[in-house]
Order: sequence, then structure tokens, then C-alpha cells
Amino acid sequence: MKKLNILTLFIILLSLFSVNTVAAQGGGDISDDEVNAIASELFCPVCENTPLDVCETQACKQWRELIRLKLSEGWTDAEIKQYFVDNYGARVLAEPPKEGFNLLVYFVPPAIILIGAVILFRAFKEWKNDNGEKDAPITEASPKSTRETSNPKDDYLAKFEEELRKRE
Amino acid sequence: MTEENTPENSPQKRGMPLWVQITVWSVLVALLVVVFMGLQRAQEGNVQTGEETGKFDFTMPLFEGYYHEGAQEISLTDLRGKIVVLNFWASWCVTCKDEAVELEEAWRYYQPDGEVVFIGIDYVDTEPEARVYLKRYDITYPNGPDMGTKISQAFRIQGVPETYFLDRDGVVKHVQLGPFQSTAQIMSIIDALLAE
Amino acid sequence: MLPSLGYGILVITMLVSIYSVSIAIYGETTKSAAMVESARRAMLLTLPLITAASLILIYLLINDRYDVEYVWSVTNRTMPTYLKITAWWGGQPGSLLFWSWLLSVFTASVTLRKWDRDRELLPWVLVVTGITLTFFISLIVFFENPFKLIPAGVQVPLDGRGLNPLLRHPGMIIHPPAQYLGFVSFTIPFAFAIAALITGRTDDRWIRITRKWTLWAWLFLSLGLVLGMRWAYDVLGWGGYWGWDPVEISALMPWLTGTAFLHSVMIQEKRGMLKHWNMILIILTFNLVIFGTFLTRSGVLSSVHAFAQSEIGPLFFIFIGATFVISFALLIHRWEDLKSGTEMKSMLSKEALFLLNNLLFLSLLVISFWGVIFPLLSELFTGSKVTVGPPFYERATGPVWGALMLLMGIAPLAAWGRSTLKTLGRAIWKPALAALLAPILAFSVGIRNWVALISFTLIALVITVSIREFWRGARARSRKSGGNFFIELWNLIKRNRRRYGGYIIHISMVLMGIGIIGIEFFQTDTQQHLAIGETIEISGYTLRYDRLDQFRHEDGRLITRGEMTLSKDGKFLETLAPRFDLYPDGQPMTIPAVRSTLVDDVYVILVNWEGITAESTPFKVYHNPLVKWVWIGGYLFVFGIFIAVGSDEERKKV
Repeated sequence: MKKLNILTLFIILLSLFSVNTVAAQGGGDISDDEVNAIASELFCPVCENTPLDVCETQACKQWRELIRLKLSEGWTDAEIKQYFVDNYGARVLAEPPKEGFNLLVYFVPPAIILIGAVILFRAFKEWKNDNGEKDAPITEASPKSTRETSNPKDDYLAKFEEELRKRE
Repeated sequence: MTEENTPENSPQKRGMPLWVQITVWSVLVALLVVVFMGLQRAQEGNVQTGEETGKFDFTMPLFEGYYHEGAQEISLTDLRGKIVVLNFWASWCVTCKDEAVELEEAWRYYQPDGEVVFIGIDYVDTEPEARVYLKRYDITYPNGPDMGTKISQAFRIQGVPETYFLDRDGVVKHVQLGPFQSTAQIMSIIDALLAE
Repeated sequence: MLPSLGYGILVITMLVSIYSVSIAIYGETTKSAAMVESARRAMLLTLPLITAASLILIYLLINDRYDVEYVWSVTNRTMPTYLKITAWWGGQPGSLLFWSWLLSVFTASVTLRKWDRDRELLPWVLVVTGITLTFFISLIVFFENPFKLIPAGVQVPLDGRGLNPLLRHPGMIIHPPAQYLGFVSFTIPFAFAIAALITGRTDDRWIRITRKWTLWAWLFLSLGLVLGMRWAYDVLGWGGYWGWDPVEISALMPWLTGTAFLHSVMIQEKRGMLKHWNMILIILTFNLVIFGTFLTRSGVLSSVHAFAQSEIGPLFFIFIGATFVISFALLIHRWEDLKSGTEMKSMLSKEALFLLNNLLFLSLLVISFWGVIFPLLSELFTGSKVTVGPPFYERATGPVWGALMLLMGIAPLAAWGRSTLKTLGRAIWKPALAALLAPILAFSVGIRNWVALISFTLIALVITVSIREFWRGARARSRKSGGNFFIELWNLIKRNRRRYGGYIIHISMVLMGIGIIGIEFFQTDTQQHLAIGETIEISGYTLRYDRLDQFRHEDGRLITRGEMTLSKDGKFLETLAPRFDLYPDGQPMTIPAVRSTLVDDVYVILVNWEGITAESTPFKVYHNPLVKWVWIGGYLFVFGIFIAVGSDEERKKV
């Protein structure tokens, strides 16, 4: 779409010097913020991954004016979004609509993560059972070290040295 | 990473459980297939000369004030037996303006015989702007919005303007990417199709 | 002449690299040390060769040789010399050459290491890196030749097209190289992992050898991400720094698995566990690097970062397929050998929490991967295009990031081997109590968003827990030796750099989290058309529009510059001058003006796309609370990695 961007830029420039035809079509009392509130939740139908409120092409400018027009006609947010979907396809939405094939986008990741969690949990249990309760070396955060204030610092250091040794 | 060391022959080794292996391989293969298809699609480009358009039939609503044989919609399959000129355009497209007059001129030349149908397909456009555009260039052939970009996706257009010429059987016979240079250019393509 | 020489050198490099791969395999199978040595030298030779080719390209770029297509497409006469040099990676062919050069640098330096203890790994490391290098160079040689001349008979253009203005930013000088360095350097740990699989030397030798490499790779990958965010914030003019664009996610994915790897190798080093898992992670990381590169360079996915449509897709696809299949086949082949004596005694032990950390990072990966690939699936199976945008990722990854913060708060207190809820509770209650001050403070300044309050609590917990670790260690040492606290602190860090560097990284991460929460939950914006003298009010700030200038810069761009006075409660703060630059080739650039403090940023752009007139100039103002902490966290992060990557004093003596 680069070709279009550059070309539309000339239009933007031209429009600097010409009377804006769109503004003449009404919707004058709708503020930019109200338009952007909806535009920011829509994506430009011809560019790639550009939200409509920050898209610089002439086409996007027209779409924002369209939102302004619809708002001035009393349309709700949802109606305007639906209008955009009907006209320009589902890709204008920031997320796939929650229906049909698109449901997969919402259900597959949690399912995989859940499976991963189950596998991890089972592995934990297996490891624990394998080793039983044979030994129990008390380490760093053992009750003694935190409760007995007599010499906890040295214990921390001892632990630290122990760790360094293990690495070699 | 060399061929001789790929141990394809050892699936039954004790190690990894078979079901894990099968899952991993099928996920891997599925992923590669999807990516391959995506790659193919990305490199495919627009519909080429010689392709059948029967498989992507569409019925397009027309803008207010535009009619095809009295109806406010037009269906591609109903046009079998006629030469069809499908022109994709948009009001925000600069180069579309370079060919608007030429297309309309050609349309007015062929319209009386009823052998050729021009259809303007308005690609992702806003209706008010589209109507201003149609009025400015006094375009009279049927024009309508490409609802949900279904038609342009079927033709896999790469941009606007693009024009597809379909013969009487609905087969794409000529594709014009970008604007036409002259009315004569449009007419020569249509004349060739009419002569078939 | 020169362009042909450059191309010739690349062809020779490709042949040398193919020679190195084949002779390494041959030498290994015939057990001929001389052959392997020859392969090693051939691999070394690729470095001066690619360097020479690169120097030729840079020479052509600097000297405006517009008879070379690439030079014409990325430079023009008005560009300063430093930008002409950075144009080396400003387009597909050049960036592939840059990528190959980096790979060659890494490969050369790894072949120069002492191999005495690991002779058997050498040929296979050469083979893996050699195949990767051959692949990238063949992309250049066959499809994307930066030395390609303009067609014969066409007049040599007087001027070039120039670099994309978005890339003419100082941040662009370091962002791509850092990103590429990160991507490329993961080749080395991957090569060692594969060599270990092939030779069956599946102890943790490969991990010890590549520990430094992995950290450096991770440093550059992280640096690339942070710099990219900074660049987006400063240049793209949409008030944010991260848009969940497919290319951004492609760079994030190897970072996720890389981070998981950095944590889980520690378990293998300390407890000899998870040999399988570490192999899987390093294989995944490398594959994700290649896969991400493929997605963005082949035209399969469209994105703001995407390179132009390219022919390299099919060859890339074959390489990816081969890498995936071979590495997983090897993994299955050695599965049994990788079995380790596992003992997991407690779900609350450090190793268990590290595994949980891995699960979370992999969850982020799954979400990101699925989000990136889904539009492709939808287009293929339903024929309709969809967008998977920020709301999806934010909702899906938000809780996972939160859980990771919680882990960062707990895991440092858990012990290796055995920990119970009781011991953990004893260790954590003090920092947790201190951390509660954060939400109380936030509540008192009027923050009522409960997600933000929870996040602030977690952030504070990580900070208190991490700082306490430093404090405990340093105090224990200074009590024991009677030395100065700060000197002992430094000695402590020096003795276990990875551990304490790691804590610094944890702190930096949550500092970045502060900024992210600021922008996610509290960003506000407004867009208004102003006449000169009128004002915009936003979050207590007042911006008065003072003047509009239009002038031509010496390099030909037409600059439209608005000037605004920023004040708060009637007190003057700063003059902000947002700009809109129009380059002679018609490319626009919107440059925001930002006033940044530790509390908030006021970010103003001149909304050129709405049409600027003297009577009515549209401005868009963003109020971005706390966003500066993202960059502060970023700097600290890099510092933390530098700490972690250095050698422990203890170790040097051994």
C-alpha cells in the first residue's frame, strides 16, 4: 500500500489549500475526541495494523469523517462498528468477532496453557513420588535461620558459599 | 544438521513416548503446511488471465440511483453471455480519477448494444465521498460498494484501480493493473472480446 | 567494476562456506583432524571475505553510486554520511548482508576459542553455523543482491530515493543492529546444543560453554526491543511504544523462550535436572528467530515493518522446515540419553518455582504465536481477513505478566531443594508488609483501579525482596569482616554476578512495569483544532498555541512547526514544538514534542493528516503517566545484564 500512501499524501497537501468538502457535509458539532474514541478501536481497512485514529492516509481521513457523520446522525458506537464490519470486513475490528472459526483465537491458547499446566503438575507429582521422603536437607529459609537471631547472617553467608561451590 | 545424522529410523527407541512424538510431528507438519499455504497465497497475486470466475459469484447491491435491468443489485452469474468489465476503484484513490472519464466514455459507446456490461466496484470507501466522486465524473454504469471486501478478496486485488475483463463464459480474458491510458485502449480490449 | 567485485566476493564466500560444511562432515566421518582443521580455517576465512564485501557496499553507499540499485533505493545526496552508512541495513538486501556479516563475526570468534576439551563438538558447531551462513549468503547471491546494477541502457539517476524517513533517526542507528545481534547470536548456543545432540555428549558441557553467549544474545535482543520501543515513542507519533504488531511480536517470541532458558539452565547447572527441557528451549529460540525473520521478510504477514514483497520466501521455507525437522528428530533420537536423575522435593522449592516461571513464559509464547499466526489461518480457512490487535494481547497476557511479577517476588526467597509454605511465609512477610505501602500510597493519591493497585503491590514486593537480598548479603559480610558496607556489597556482587545481576534485572523489569501500567491504565488524550492563542487542557496541564512556522530545511524537507506553551496552575513549564516534516520525495514524518518527568509525559503531535491551516491547527495531546519508568527500567536492565555477564571473581581463580 506504499504506492497509495505517497499518492494520497499529495491529496492531503492539496486539501491544505482547498475547501474541505467533507466538513461541509455536517457533523460539525461532533468533537475529534468523540470520533477518535471510536476510531481508536477500529483498524484502517487498507493499511496494515494501523489504528484508524492515527492513520495518516486520505482514506482514513474519510473514514473518520464518516464516523463523525454517523455520530451526528445519532448512531451508537456499536452500530457504527457494525457498519464498518459490514462494509469493510471483519479486519477493521481490533479483535476477531467472537463467532464461528474465530472462536479458536480465544480458546486455543488457554487450552494449550492448561494442558501445559497439567503436564507440569503431573511431572511434579511423579518426581516427588519417585524420590519419596528420604532426605530433608534444611536450607536457607529454614525456621531456625529466620527465627533465631543469634547468628542468621553467617547462615546466609554459609548458604551463599554453598551455592557458589555447587556451581563449580 | 546434516542428512546422514537424521535418525528418522529410530521412532521406537525407548525415550520419548510415542504419543508425544506423534503430537509433535503432527503439530510441526500442520504448522509447515499452513505457512506454506500462506506463502503461496502471498506470492499468488491477483486473479490471472484465463481463470474461471464461476467459483466466486457475487451479488452486489448498487448505490442509490443506480440500476441494472431495473433491479438495485447485480449478480455476476446473471451476466453470462455478455462481456463484463469489472472496475475496482475508490474515491480516495488518485489514479482512479485518471481513468474515470475514459471508462464512462467507453461505457456510453457500448451501452446501446447491450452486449457489454460495466460494473464499478467501490473498494473500501465511504458512501458520501463515493457519491461525490460518481457525480463529479458523471458515471452512469452500475456501481456499488464491495460489502465486507468480499469481491476484492475473491479477485485478490493488489490495489486500486484494477480492471478485469470477462468473456461471455465468465473467464478472465484481460487484467489491467493501474489506470488506463485512453478510451481507445479500453475499447480495443473489448472489441477483441466481442470479436471472439 | 566495484559492484561486480563485491558480488564476486559474496559468491566466493558462499562457496567457501559450503566447502567448510562439507569438509567438516567429511573430516568427522573419516576421523581426519586435518580435514576438520581445514573446515575451521575456511570458516575463519568467511569473515574477511564478508567484511570486504560489506566495506565495498559501504563505499558505494557513501559515494552516491546510483548505478547500483540498492544504493539508489536507500540513499540520496542530502543524507549525512553516518546515515549513508546505516543504510547498510536500511533495506532487505543490505540487511541480509549485515546479518551474514554478524553471523560470520560470531562464527569466527567461536572457532577461535580453545577447543582442547571439546574437540568432538567442533565439526558439528562448524556444520550448523556454516549451513546457517551458507543459507543467508545464498539468499543474497540468488535473490537479494545489494550489488545489482540498474538495468543496462537506463540512465544512471542523478539522485537516489533516500532512506525511509522513519529510519532517519538516531535510534535507528542502534536499534536494528542490536536486534540483529540478538537474533544472530542465538545461533551459537543452538549450534552447540545440536552438536551435543549429534555427538551424544549430552551432559551440561554445552550449556557451560555457551552461558556467556546466551547472556550476550539475550542482552542484545532485550536492548533491541527497548530501543525499538523508544524509537516508536519518539518517532511514530501515536503516543505509545508497543503496538503488538506482528514484527514486534516476532522479536518478542525468541526473547520469551530465551528468558525461560536463562532461568531453567540454572536448574540444570545446580540440580542436573531438565536436560530435555533446556534443549527444547534453545531449539525453540533459534527456530523462532528464523521463523520471525521469515514471517517479516517473505511477505506472508503484512506489518508496518515488513520488507517489500520478496522472492526469498520458498528458500527460507525450506530452511525453516529443515531446521525444525532435523532439530526435533535429533531431540527424539537422544531423548533417552538426556534423562536425568530428577528429584523434586517440594512444589515451593526454587526449582519448582523456576519451572512455573517457564510455564508462564511459554504461555506468553503460545498467546503471541497464536495471535500472530491466526490471521493467516483465518484467511486460509474462511477466506476472510481478521486483525488480532492490542486488546487481544493485553487481555490474554496481562494476568500472565502479573503472575510473573508474583514469582519474581517469591522465587528469590525459596530455597533449592526443599521449601515449605511455612519457611517461605517466614521469609516473605517482612518484604510483603513493606510492599503494602505502595498500594496505600497509590490509593492515597487517588488511584482506584484495582488491577493497577495489585500491580503496584507486586512491583513493590519484587523491589523489596530483591533489595533485601543485597542488603542481607552485604550486611552479613560487613559484620563478619568488619569492612565497609558498600565495599562488601560490591564484593558480594562480584562473587556471584549472575545472581545479583539477575536481581538487578528483576528490579529493572518491574520498573518498566510501572511505566507500562501508567500508560495502560491512565493514559488520556485529546485532539482539538486551535487558532493561535487558544488553549488545550489535559490532566491539569494547559497548552497554549503560540505560533506556526513553515520553512525548508537545508536537506530539502519542508518543516511545519507549531509552538505551544506548556503550563500547570498558571506556572510556565516549557515550550513544546511538535513538527511535521515533509521530505522532498513526498514521505511525511510526524515528530512529537514531549515533556518528560518521572511522574508523567506530555506528548504533543501536530496532526498534519487533518489538514493544517493558520486559523485552525489540529493538535493531539497525550498525557502518559509514569512512562519514563519504562526507559529508566530499560537502562537499569542493560546495566544488570552487564553485571550478570561478567566473570565471577571466584571462578577466575579456579
